[in-house]
Amino acid sequence: MADFMQQVVAGLASGSIYAALALALVLIHRATGVINFAQGEMATFSTYIAWTLTTNHGWAYWPAFAVTLGVSFLGGAAIHQTIIRPNEKGSLLRVVIVTIGLLILFNGLVTWIWGGEVRAVQSPFPAGTTEIAGVAITTADIGTIAVVVGTVAALWALFQYTKLGLAMRAAAVNPAEARLVGVRVTWMLSLGWGLAAVLGAVAGMLAAPSVFLDPNLMAALLIYAFAAAVLGGIDSPVGAVVGGLTLGVGLNLIGTYVDFVGADLRLPVALLVILVVLLVKPTGIFGKAEVRRV
Amino acid sequence: MTRARAFVPVLAFVVLAIVVAVVPAFVSAFRAQQFAYVAIYLIAIIGLNVLTGYTGQISLGHGAFMAIGGYTTAILMANHGVKDIWTIPLAGLVAGAAGFLFGIPALRLSGLYLALATFAIAVSMPAVIKRFEGFTGGGTGINLFGIPELTASLTPVSILGRELSFNDWLYYLCWSIALVGYVVAWLLLRGRAGRALRAVRDSETAAQSSGVSLPRYKTLAFGVSAAYAGVAGSLFAIATTYVNPDTFPVALSILLLVGVVVGGLGSLVGLIAGAIFIQFLPIWSQAVSKSPGAPSVVSGALLIALMFVLPMGVAGLVERLRLLTRRVYHRSSS
Repeated sequence: MADFMQQVVAGLASGSIYAALALALVLIHRATGVINFAQGEMATFSTYIAWTLTTNHGWAYWPAFAVTLGVSFLGGAAIHQTIIRPNEKGSLLRVVIVTIGLLILFNGLVTWIWGGEVRAVQSPFPAGTTEIAGVAITTADIGTIAVVVGTVAALWALFQYTKLGLAMRAAAVNPAEARLVGVRVTWMLSLGWGLAAVLGAVAGMLAAPSVFLDPNLMAALLIYAFAAAVLGGIDSPVGAVVGGLTLGVGLNLIGTYVDFVGADLRLPVALLVILVVLLVKPTGIFGKAEVRRV
Repeated sequence: MTRARAFVPVLAFVVLAIVVAVVPAFVSAFRAQQFAYVAIYLIAIIGLNVLTGYTGQISLGHGAFMAIGGYTTAILMANHGVKDIWTIPLAGLVAGAAGFLFGIPALRLSGLYLALATFAIAVSMPAVIKRFEGFTGGGTGINLFGIPELTASLTPVSILGRELSFNDWLYYLCWSIALVGYVVAWLLLRGRAGRALRAVRDSETAAQSSGVSLPRYKTLAFGVSAAYAGVAGSLFAIATTYVNPDTFPVALSILLLVGVVVGGLGSLVGLIAGAIFIQFLPIWSQAVSKSPGAPSVVSGALLIALMFVLPMGVAGLVERLRLLTRRVYHRSSS
């Protein structure tokens, strides 16, 4: 039983990372109706910035963390303004191709600047475990969950209690009317891209210590995040978080207790989750059905 | 007028076929091999064009169907002693069946969701191949070079008394299949089926209310395009004489969609341009800079730039030029 609970907590830790990246996807999808295929690679890029600040420039972890978030925010917003916005008006395929172009670009950029070697990243949290009700939980897991919860809470407060958050929600829900009441819609959307990049950076930096840092750090993580977002409902921020945690725990338990799946087949299981959810309940757990006029 | 219009594409096709037939006489064997790969990509994107260009379904996972085709060929040759060319139609059939089956759940998905699901297939395919080791050879893959009697890799093929080198043989094999594949796709798309598929692309609701069966045509499009991908994958395996999980990476799936979009969803000229783009993009990018990662940067940047200047691809450019010349022509004649 203690072993089971331990796996659940470990699942929650990795699930919170999926949740952060899933939230990034949901944020962008709500605001611009686009799925950003480059979200994972952008996050990898951010993670490398943090790594280079701490390893090559001798920064302490948390200042590097904060600066990376700032850089990611500006980068995300800039990408929306310069690259995504001009292509938004075309067909869906065009935007998909542009985000795929970004995916290839960032993947290459990381290898170009920092090389393709696999690097170990030190965890910002002290080693060791804490025992809660007979279950030994690593400090890293607790720290990971805490950082994600903090980030999500901050975002939620931003959207719920500030005028800026209200404007962002308005721009996402009804751009035309938001514009009429004086919301600068395109800037709000850029802001959304910036925040998504921040979430991705958080996910990347938290994931790196446990899986090592290499240019393809986020490739598998992106699929898990997709699965989490679809599971929770691709338009629902709450859903992304719940979906991420559910998926994290579920995958960890299946990987541990189902021999056939093991560690190798987790990705296909995530794919299966995507397919089954889309077939049985395409709106996910928390999503609303879309009604379209023709 | 109408007869002349039907005549132009046929003429273009004949000219192309002649050009294709004589090219190996003028280029090195190495180039011939590169052009053979162009034909392989062309086959795959002709198929993807049926699905994405005509039916409007975005697939980021056609590399997975190529993998199915490639592995069908490899397994048939290595374990069952079937000669390489006879495995090609079987690879098409197996991949086509897989595509048809995937088309059934895909019926419920549209737009981005489909892009997502197919992307997930492409990403998880290598893991699945590695897992079923007994069947696929796992991470080490299957080597076809060890069985020369079943391939043309070491035993030269002679046609009409002329001996062909492996590269020339590969070139002619791939291009003849590509050209036949193009004609088949053209025949399929020009009539009732093509109209139905286009109707699905433009508006599913409208198509349905006009009596187009969405399930039938979407699964048809999936099956057909996957069959093309399977044939392409089979030729890919024959060309590389070796398959392993990394022969068909996610990047391949992405490149195929890129090829279709660069080609501009439609005309033969466009599709050939797309296939050439896929084959030579990595090579050209390496010419810009050889340091690791740089080619990807160039490819990515180029792709984004292309969407800025040519959102309709090469076919769109051709169409624009055609309209322009016609306008100039009309002005000068009046």
